[in-house]
Amino acid sequence: MSRAAPMAKLALLALLGAFLLTPERFASLLRPFAPGDTAPIYTQTPLLTLTVNHLLLVAAATLAASVLAVGFAVAATRPGGRDVLPFARALANLGQTFPPVAVLALAVPVFGFGPVPTLIALVLYGLLPVFETTLTGLTGLDPALMEAARGMGLTDRQRLTQVELPLALPMILSGIRLTAVIGLATATIGSTVAASTLGEVIISGLLTGNTAYVLQGGLVVSALAILIDAAFHALERAATQRSGFRS
Amino acid sequence: MIELTGVSRVFGARTVVSDVSLTVEAGAILTIVGTSGSGKTTLLRMINRLVEPSAGTVRIAGRDIRDVPPHILRRGIGYAIQGHGLFPHRSVAENIAVVPRLLGWDRRRIAARVDALLDLFRLDPGVYRDRLPAALSGGEQQRIGVARALAAEPPVLLMDEPFGALDPIIRGQAQADLLAIQRRTGTTIVLVTHDMDEALRLGSRIAVMDRGRLVQEAAPAALIGAPATDFVGALLGRGDRAFQLMALRVVDDLIEPGPAPGEPIPAGISVRAALAESLWSQRPALPVSRDGVLLGRVTRAALEAQGARP
Repeated sequence: MSRAAPMAKLALLALLGAFLLTPERFASLLRPFAPGDTAPIYTQTPLLTLTVNHLLLVAAATLAASVLAVGFAVAATRPGGRDVLPFARALANLGQTFPPVAVLALAVPVFGFGPVPTLIALVLYGLLPVFETTLTGLTGLDPALMEAARGMGLTDRQRLTQVELPLALPMILSGIRLTAVIGLATATIGSTVAASTLGEVIISGLLTGNTAYVLQGGLVVSALAILIDAAFHALERAATQRSGFRS
Repeated sequence: MIELTGVSRVFGARTVVSDVSLTVEAGAILTIVGTSGSGKTTLLRMINRLVEPSAGTVRIAGRDIRDVPPHILRRGIGYAIQGHGLFPHRSVAENIAVVPRLLGWDRRRIAARVDALLDLFRLDPGVYRDRLPAALSGGEQQRIGVARALAAEPPVLLMDEPFGALDPIIRGQAQADLLAIQRRTGTTIVLVTHDMDEALRLGSRIAVMDRGRLVQEAAPAALIGAPATDFVGALLGRGDRAFQLMALRVVDDLIEPGPAPGEPIPAGISVRAALAESLWSQRPALPVSRDGVLLGRVTRAALEAQGARP
């Protein structure tokens, strides 16, 4: 990666922070996109509050999806777990292909309006990347290494926690990164069923024909996605170096 | 030390090891030699329960190994394999410390043991302790692999083609190191190889496997002198057997008083190397010295006699 890229990311972070803390200072920039005399900055709920809620929702969903998917992948790669693989893969594929909007529609009658249907949709949507990368990481280990670990007297559990997971960590992190980034964009639709996310700004803009709202909601989400992607890339590099492979 | 009695292993319809009985004395080096698919690796892996025998028993120090849980058994047996199997995410010191840590040694004892082993393998602890395996040469990785196998001072060491991935020069050095270390520690070693020269050089006993069966088990000189089957003869390469025999023996017993011209050869070198020197320098007798002290001479006739059928 070039030297300019981290600087650009830092600048983006500073810009995002400034916009969320004092959005009114950017009013003149967005003015041309707001029709007539309507306010160019969304104020029904503070943008900072929406951003925090949005991030919390995505973080909770990413965490839950990661735990489930890593669990499935670990179970599927154990000697007795061959039967788990088709089931886990089917579930992960279904979660990825079934539209999140349809999940919302199905979940609302059961769980009511609020963050829960969105959480379920995001978890299902986020299983596949983590599951597939973890599976690749765990099955791609050097057989000589696993043989040596067994021959030295590590138990199954010790092999998993001391050898397999640490060595698969860079792959697992790349899956979690994909899930987090997909989740950030997808979470916006949660506001159609009253979850508090940045989607609220975009939907409000859509309903009132205020392009400035749509832009600010969309741009904040993109900036968050770029920054989180960069943070995970840095984590993956650190994990790769720690696992003894030259990156 | 290790007793195999009627050991067999069947995979599906294939009998990989068939009714093998063998005893390895304490402090001996048994080399198991055979072509690929001869069952030699499976035989080795049954000693630490990486493979369970379909029939027969394996005893170590008189105890049936089925009485010990596999992971506990393996912590008491050193295990070194081709391609070393070092953990890439752990430093050299952490790799060597794997088994001592599993056994619950305290940190000071582990640290002292790691440094002692690095010294034993002529690797400066200050330089190598904190390196990752990726920062080592192939020969260094192999030495760390063997050091790791010896870390908890196991009475038995199992080695599966441990030097197979090394180039010939480093391989020769690794073999010499292993012999020197084994002489100091007295570890009982079972080593699998497909290379008869390696088996002859390292083994105090040699077991030859052919299609799952043990066809001969003998001391190196006896094996060369009287191969039990054509297969053993083919593995030996019959044309060379006089020289193979001479390579096993050292000149020390052949020294006689008397003068000889030219540079002395050192005591302890093989009859084969001494004969080669005698032919090369066209000297019918060579002076022999140890640490600069002249011991006497050895004649070409005495050297040649060592190549005769035993």
